[in-house]
Amino acid sequence: MRQRAALYTAVAAGGFRRYATYGTATAAGVFTNTVFGFIVAYTYMALWDERPGLGGYDQAEALTFVWVSQSLLAAGALIGGGFQEEIQERVRTGDIAVDLYRPADLQMWWLASDLGRAAFQLLGRGVLPIVAGALAFRLALPTDPLRWALFLVSVTLGLVVGFGVRYLLGLAAFWLMDGAGINLMATVVSIFCSGMLLPLTVFPGAFGELVRALPWAAMLQVPMDVLMGKHSGAGDAAEALGFQAFWAAVLLGLGRLVQSAATRKVVVQGG
Amino acid sequence: MAEVTLERPPVGLPDLPRRGRVREGLRGYGLIAAMWIRSTMTYRTSFLLSTFGNAAITLLDFVTIFIMFSHVDELGGFTLPEIALLYGSCSASLGLADLLLGNTDRIGVRIRDGSLDTMLVRPVPVLAQVAADRFALRRVGRIAQGLGVLTWALWTLGPQVAWTPGKVLLVPVMITAGAAIFGAVMVAGAAFQFVAGDAAEVQNSFTYGGCTMLQYPPTVFAKDLLRGVTFIVPLAFVNWLPALHVLGRPDPLGLPGWVAYLSPLVAFVVFLPASLAWRAGVRSYRSTGS
Repeated sequence: MRQRAALYTAVAAGGFRRYATYGTATAAGVFTNTVFGFIVAYTYMALWDERPGLGGYDQAEALTFVWVSQSLLAAGALIGGGFQEEIQERVRTGDIAVDLYRPADLQMWWLASDLGRAAFQLLGRGVLPIVAGALAFRLALPTDPLRWALFLVSVTLGLVVGFGVRYLLGLAAFWLMDGAGINLMATVVSIFCSGMLLPLTVFPGAFGELVRALPWAAMLQVPMDVLMGKHSGAGDAAEALGFQAFWAAVLLGLGRLVQSAATRKVVVQGG
Repeated sequence: MAEVTLERPPVGLPDLPRRGRVREGLRGYGLIAAMWIRSTMTYRTSFLLSTFGNAAITLLDFVTIFIMFSHVDELGGFTLPEIALLYGSCSASLGLADLLLGNTDRIGVRIRDGSLDTMLVRPVPVLAQVAADRFALRRVGRIAQGLGVLTWALWTLGPQVAWTPGKVLLVPVMITAGAAIFGAVMVAGAAFQFVAGDAAEVQNSFTYGGCTMLQYPPTVFAKDLLRGVTFIVPLAFVNWLPALHVLGRPDPLGLPGWVAYLSPLVAFVVFLPASLAWRAGVRSYRSTGS
């Protein structure tokens, strides 16, 4: 058991280090997230000027939503990227057979590696955009350390949910010849249903209810609301985290089923 | 590729006259692009899915605006069809530039893995090779949906606009000049990667980020930001200034109306520093070795 933990910690550390080597790319990413933050912030100000209190947020909260989402984008791989292309490539070339012979579980291996990647991007690409936003606009960031701790728990659960979805995409390569199309469609859904374009609380009617119940809501909308204290009571907070944990469990379980179906398909050709 | 290399010895093009160079570049571009199109068509379903996905992914920006307008009647004093005009025109321009030059942002990867070296010894101008590299026909998806939204906007706004021959002409000019301005930014961004390494995202913040900004009316943004995108990186000429003129609205910076017609000139002017930067970049290139 302890050996297992050490193994996955090492895999996660590897994921972290791997992304830490791309210094320029990280700096460029911070720049991009900050530029987008400014553009979106101005459009939100125009919108909240017209309709104060839209979606249950005042203007400072709406701006907080903008800047914190820019900080979480890369970690959550919400606009594409991440590891699914890599699994697909390994399936295509047959390298996946090597992965299956490792003394580790395929799903846990990739989860550890992806969480390592996310941890780096949370630090490398997450902190500076929030600082830039807080300097240029009046944000509604909490001062209560407990709230930040809850936020981190919620972000982590959101990352696991995001992993669950992308792991399924990766495994889809066992049945598809080329993953580019399905990855793109998945990105479309992720961009729209996570709340990245507009907080999901602003989406009208039954459509809004639907997107708020889907797993993508767990990746961005829920952590944002936890941060801003929209689930301030203990019961409300537990419900929000429970929603995320539910989707994490469902998706990880589904990933496991698909994984065992996929590995039965593998024919290892010697050479 | 073989047929290209056989025609001339692989030593660059030192002696060709300028016009010959441009023709050679276009020809090389066409051949490489055609090769990538053939290769894409091997997975036809995936091509159709990704073309559709490309259109859908960009249309989401418009859906966002649409949802905003389910709560308000005006944004920054502009109505939905007016914003659709801005959205459609910059989306079509960016799509066009992205189709023709978008892959120049891969140069950072090529510098890092050393595969730029092979491009330097081929008898086709490097810029043509870099631009045609992995030519992605699926990007017509964005152009198509941009033109679709633009058509809807013009249809809806048509009767309210005081059309003159100049304004009618300004619409297609705005799309092509806009694409050229975005194209210049892409070339400059690629040149920047010779200095900065893998910094494709900086380029994206001016192209995709710029387009996100240009979808919204200029009245939404701070004056300093407007000055920056008018006089420093002249993105305002992509669609804001021409579209404001078509709509008969004043420019928030108080520029005179005829400025709207300057886009082609601006596009021409911004290509000068971009191409100089590109040449300086190629000259300064030191291979990473292998």
